[in-house]
Amino acid sequence: MPEREQKKKPAPKERVEETAEVEAPAKQGEKIKEELDDLLDEIDSVLEENAEEFVRNYVQKGGE
Amino acid sequence: MAVPKVCGIETEYGVALRGAADANPVLASSMLINGYVEHRKIGWDFDDESPGRDARGFAREGAAPPEVETHLVNTVLTNGARYYVDHAHPEYSTPECADALELVCADKAGERVLARSMQAARRILPEGQEIVVYKNNSDGKGNSYGTHENYLVDRSVPFASLVRHLLPWFVTRQVFTGAGKLGAENGANPVAFQISQRADFFEEEVGLETTLQRPIVNTRDEPHADPQKYRRLHVIAGDANLCEIATYLKVGTTAIVLALIEDDFVDKDLSVVGPVAAMRVVSHDPTCRAPIELADGGTCTAVELQWEFLRLAQKYFDETGFEACGGETVGRDVLHRWEAVLGALERDPSTLDGRLDWVTKLNLLRAYVERDRLSWDDSKLSLLDLQYHDIRPDRSLYERLVRAGKVERLVEEADVTTAMTEPPSTTRAFFRGRCLARWPDAIVAANWDSLILDVGSDPLRRIPMLEPLRGSRAMVEALFEECTTPAELVARLAS
Repeated sequence: MPEREQKKKPAPKERVEETAEVEAPAKQGEKIKEELDDLLDEIDSVLEENAEEFVRNYVQKGGE
Repeated sequence: MAVPKVCGIETEYGVALRGAADANPVLASSMLINGYVEHRKIGWDFDDESPGRDARGFAREGAAPPEVETHLVNTVLTNGARYYVDHAHPEYSTPECADALELVCADKAGERVLARSMQAARRILPEGQEIVVYKNNSDGKGNSYGTHENYLVDRSVPFASLVRHLLPWFVTRQVFTGAGKLGAENGANPVAFQISQRADFFEEEVGLETTLQRPIVNTRDEPHADPQKYRRLHVIAGDANLCEIATYLKVGTTAIVLALIEDDFVDKDLSVVGPVAAMRVVSHDPTCRAPIELADGGTCTAVELQWEFLRLAQKYFDETGFEACGGETVGRDVLHRWEAVLGALERDPSTLDGRLDWVTKLNLLRAYVERDRLSWDDSKLSLLDLQYHDIRPDRSLYERLVRAGKVERLVEEADVTTAMTEPPSTTRAFFRGRCLARWPDAIVAANWDSLILDVGSDPLRRIPMLEPLRGSRAMVEALFEECTTPAELVARLAS
């Protein structure tokens, strides 16, 4: 059976401007990534040393 | 009519003692709480605790109920929160809140309490040692610890009805509640990156367990309120979020869906085939396009099923209003944001950077992969994954992104600071917090639904607090102004 018809999304109601904000910049993903690139140097400076050992040593007991 | 969706979040933080040869996580967790709390710690009143009671109405056979650890460090804060050691983790349970926005603030205040606890512990630890906590749900090696939501639910709703509608809800809401992680665990199929920290750990559809064979719908029947009128839905199928929008949507939408179920507003069967497997399918697909099978035929994506829930919520809002879901302002805002996020997930999930944790983390990892030409199993990426959740302000990668203006916030930092010590005005947490701030030496023990006071003469007095919305600022502030001693307060309450 093909995808059901009622699985269509409902028509947007109000607040057109907010929907538009998400829709409009098709390149938003790329732009965000470029900006993130500029942040990487800063993040490098706070990253823990010896990534492999650090991650290996992070062992938790289960909880809940 | 649905009961008000009073809500709270309990977070078990990951904890590491750095620079010590033999790290004891219980000791480290205790040190955090002891370091933070300068006044005498408040005991927990275990009298009415019943974590082994099952909402389906039966007791478990052949197994002991979950252990209640009555001897571990515990306290209650003036903001109405509980801060304690649970198993081998520091746990912070927010005070009861009346809506999702209030809870975002209370949950963020919890992060700040943990950060301050780490600072305090550093002062008493030997040189070179440090306790570090992480707000995540997995160590990447098969061990998981929880972030649980709690919602007030009408007792008269058949539990089977909650289970039927909540299974597809929890399977699909991951697309915005996930905190993201590298790799798979617990025997799940290998994957480079997945949406949820928790999906791999669910093995049953319904059950009482929280530590093994975890169920998607947890049946713990411990209302912490009038048991004739209420349930407390204990949700264990969620991730710890740092992004405020993610917490807001997680709580705001779930509160609405619970109201829909209570008012019998879900007019079709949205059940999915094999929810446990579907949970992993959804989590393992960061494109959000994987089909899941529906019980009454056909397939759809998680986002398409979410549109169904949204359509019902919009209809409910138009016909009933959102009185039960924190009021119209928050309810309307949740609806709009929910709709915008679903649309963005369909078009291009990466545009939700700074709003959803899993997208924010994935974009960060992708940027590193590209710049440093890393493979997806590089340990540097695992470090980024972990350190995203670091709660120390100077080390947290999430906080770096906030400071760079990459993250959309919902609450003012000044309000978060206030929420570290001040209770929400809207619930019984106000009464609990005010009592504690006013007469700390008179409070012998507390629970969500009681306070035990020593008023100077035998016996101890136990104040029941079975109505989560009674004890708000509007109801009791004048009382606090009029009473000068706890004995007066008890006398006034009894009259």
